[in-house]
Amino acid sequence: MKYIDEFRQRDLAEKVAGAIVREARSGRDYHFMEFCGGHTHAIFRYGVQDLMPPNVRFVHGPGCPVCVLPVRRLDDAVELAERHGVILTTYGDMMRVPGTKQRSLIKAKADGADIRMVYSTQDALKIARENPKRQVVFFAIGFETTTPPTAVALVQARREGLRNFSVFCNHVLTPAAIQHILQSPEVRDLGTVKIDGFLGPSHVSSVIGSEPYEFFSEEFQKPVVIAGFEPLDVMQSTLMLIRQINEGRHEVENEYTRVVKREGNLKAQALVSDVFELRPRFEWRGLGSVPYSALRIRSEFADLDAETRFELSEKASREVKSCECPAILRGAKKPTDCKLFGTVCTPDNPMGSCMVSSEGACAAYWTYGRFRTRDGRTAGKEEIVA
Amino acid sequence: MCLALPARVVSIEADDMATVALEGVRKKISLALVDEVAVGDYVLVHVGYALHKVSEEEAARTLAMMAEAGVLADELEEIGRADA
Ligand code: SF4
Repeated sequence: MKYIDEFRQRDLAEKVAGAIVREARSGRDYHFMEFCGGHTHAIFRYGVQDLMPPNVRFVHGPGCPVCVLPVRRLDDAVELAERHGVILTTYGDMMRVPGTKQRSLIKAKADGADIRMVYSTQDALKIARENPKRQVVFFAIGFETTTPPTAVALVQARREGLRNFSVFCNHVLTPAAIQHILQSPEVRDLGTVKIDGFLGPSHVSSVIGSEPYEFFSEEFQKPVVIAGFEPLDVMQSTLMLIRQINEGRHEVENEYTRVVKREGNLKAQALVSDVFELRPRFEWRGLGSVPYSALRIRSEFADLDAETRFELSEKASREVKSCECPAILRGAKKPTDCKLFGTVCTPDNPMGSCMVSSEGACAAYWTYGRFRTRDGRTAGKEEIVA
Repeated sequence: MCLALPARVVSIEADDMATVALEGVRKKISLALVDEVAVGDYVLVHVGYALHKVSEEEAARTLAMMAEAGVLADELEEIGRADA
């Protein structure tokens, strides 16, 4: 496939890997946080870590939208389907995420709730048109990539006068989360999470551009390289980060120039700001309450906001107690540090969100990295930890 | 969730819709988020929407940069050998 196969070529990978081995200085460590679950997935699937010298390490970040959604919001979605009797439409990734008492959308569906998986917000609108007597709610989650498609749906629903359609909005913002991580005590004071630089989001950046990261590289003196999601992109970006560090630079560089511009997609940004505004605070699983880190529907569109249309009850939401997802999302723990990993918790029977989404760190470890040592390298026979 | 793939636009239809081809699979997607897309262009497709055009020149430039990492290696090796 064009633009995919070229970025998975073995001979090029060997060349870039060779350059990394040569240029990474043996006297120091390089810890790079890949913010996105898409990068985590690529690193595991293609064994990128194994091509790195021992002093170049990837720290997995919280960039998996399914993983960071707090249980409470998922419980709210279940309530919309079960108590309010709406047709709840959502992306497939959400279906198996366990909420309080392991209740997931798929279990609610099995018990008779009308929950439907959609590929696109266009499909959700279609369901609303075809069921004029029913209320149809789109359970919207995701980072800056999935937000514009939700905005298009809201504008279209308004234009068509589609009165039975509304959106339960859970869109979150990447830059706010990165800033929160850099300001967390684990990174700043305790040094338990070491981050020397960031692999910046690919698809999120196609929308917001590379400009929003300039503040971090300046303020926190950490290099950021916007990296594509193919294995060669990840490797080349790692090389660019190593070079910046060796040269004492901390800039925003862009490896993924085939899609990302400094200013991003202005049309999509304009549409998003017509429809959404900042929430003063939003709860993230793992990061806690993060100021100005999420979007809500503007009052002009309040009639299409499911949170206005339906009354959601107070609830005592709870995650599985020994699930380490929160610490894993902060980069403070690895999946293999969790007691439940691979025993009680597997992709067939997930206890936490990080095991559900293919972008979640636990799912990536389970699928591609079970036989690794604690420091992430492929394990010898005696060293297998999980 | 963040899966997005580059696909070729094969036809442009009414209401900002288009058909794209991806390895023999054809799919209807929305062009509501992008401007000036023409048949034959590659776009990054995510949850049924084109998020951005893919630039042919930039893709080639990035690949050249990757190859260069190796060229430098070959040269260094040669210098190393010459020294020895
Ligand atoms: S292995 Fe399962 S229970 Fe443990 S942290 Fe990961 S998702 Fe949570």
